[in-house]
Amino acid sequence: MEEQLQATPICGRHRALNALMAPFGGWDMPIQYEGIIAEHSWCRTSSSLFDICHMGEFIFQGDFVADGLEDLFTFSVQTIPLGRSRYGFLLNERGGIIDDLIVFRMAEDKVMIVVNAATAPKDFAVINERLTGGTFTDITAVTGKLDLQGPLSRYVMVEVFGEEVATLPYFRFITLNILGVEAIVSRTGYTGELGYEIFIAADKVGELWDLLLEDERVKPAGLGARDVLRLEVGYSLYGSDIDEETTPLEAGLEGFVNFEGTFVGKEALLRQKEQGAPRRKVAFQVNGRRSPRHYYDICSGGETVGMVTSGVFSPMVGTGIGIGFVPPELAVIGTPLTISHERISMEATVCELPFFKDGSVRG
Amino acid sequence: MATFFTKEHEWVTVTDGIGVVGISDHAAHELGDITFVELPKIGAAVTQFGLLGSIESVKAASDIFAPVSGKVVKVNDALDSAPEVVNESAEGAGWMAEIEIANESELKNLMTQGEYDDYLKTL
Repeated sequence: MEEQLQATPICGRHRALNALMAPFGGWDMPIQYEGIIAEHSWCRTSSSLFDICHMGEFIFQGDFVADGLEDLFTFSVQTIPLGRSRYGFLLNERGGIIDDLIVFRMAEDKVMIVVNAATAPKDFAVINERLTGGTFTDITAVTGKLDLQGPLSRYVMVEVFGEEVATLPYFRFITLNILGVEAIVSRTGYTGELGYEIFIAADKVGELWDLLLEDERVKPAGLGARDVLRLEVGYSLYGSDIDEETTPLEAGLEGFVNFEGTFVGKEALLRQKEQGAPRRKVAFQVNGRRSPRHYYDICSGGETVGMVTSGVFSPMVGTGIGIGFVPPELAVIGTPLTISHERISMEATVCELPFFKDGSVRG
Repeated sequence: MATFFTKEHEWVTVTDGIGVVGISDHAAHELGDITFVELPKIGAAVTQFGLLGSIESVKAASDIFAPVSGKVVKVNDALDSAPEVVNESAEGAGWMAEIEIANESELKNLMTQGEYDDYLKTL
């Protein structure tokens, strides 16, 4: 099936910058501008601007408990304080992850739900079906999203948005006026560096992009650099590391599951908790510069025991790094693994996450 | 001294029966940031269009094929710790190996610089 790619409002600007474009989650997205490693390095040391308009945004307004929102996710929504956000999952009956998402508490009776691009239509349908009341709206098409990430991002943001941004703590957001509209500025991101996610009207996002790029500390970065950055700090990528066949327990993400609450998939997770997950996510470091890649085999004792779900050469670590799934008895720090694919073979060792520990994310 | 190219984007510069081998500027640009180069072993016998080594970038892993048959007599060890040299100078400092050419008549299976430039326009 030939699917028409969607374009973000900034697409023309990427082309003018000679970006390498590729389809991602149904969207025509910039993969790199000057080069993945140069963009990665800029984000770790200065401030990088990412077009993230492809991600989905939904608004729910109503009674969280009576309308069923409180029982939708693996975490409580009504206990999120105003101006804060929380990360967690929407699950299927088997405990598999339909999506990982962030809920922003906008008002007493209102939240914004931010979801992955490829899963947005599916998420909207599932949530809409499970809700029993309230109003639920997909605002993706009218919402632009930019991420400004990197240790110098705070100084850039203060100059553009004002002093109020300076003291914004991690996982909190504020609404600010800019370019004649209201924008949501959130201290969150996907790079392991201090940074912000900015939500603004789609017809203003190009102007904001230009404004942020006027600062010489800011350069654009593509999804290629974003993938290296997120993997170095061990963040999961939906569709690669987690999916509907993977539970949060298998993926080592039970910290984002509140077992006190009620949610679809809870019974399956409790069962898995009791019986033990059949496989566990592991992080591993390669003994050399080769990159493990999605779909490569993970072997132990000459047998294939699992699959790599994400892998890359890490400029910060200086070796290949990856994550994948193996039987629980092998998911122990220090366990040797062999990563193989056709005639490629590399030795690796199970290690702790994050791979890169010195990011400015909480700075 | 003359330089020839393969359809798989390797080059070989021939001087006195020795061929210096690498990948083309075009190939290096297409691969993007190169993070690892697997060099052949000194003394290894290679055959024209057979496996010589491999190269990895952030985006992909690719095999490198020998443009000529012969024996590997020298490799560019500097690429072990600095593979990015291939991005900076694929057809110069980013050379990969020297091959003692077994049969110079094989060079007729390769493209000249002009032929390769024309070939790139068809891709």
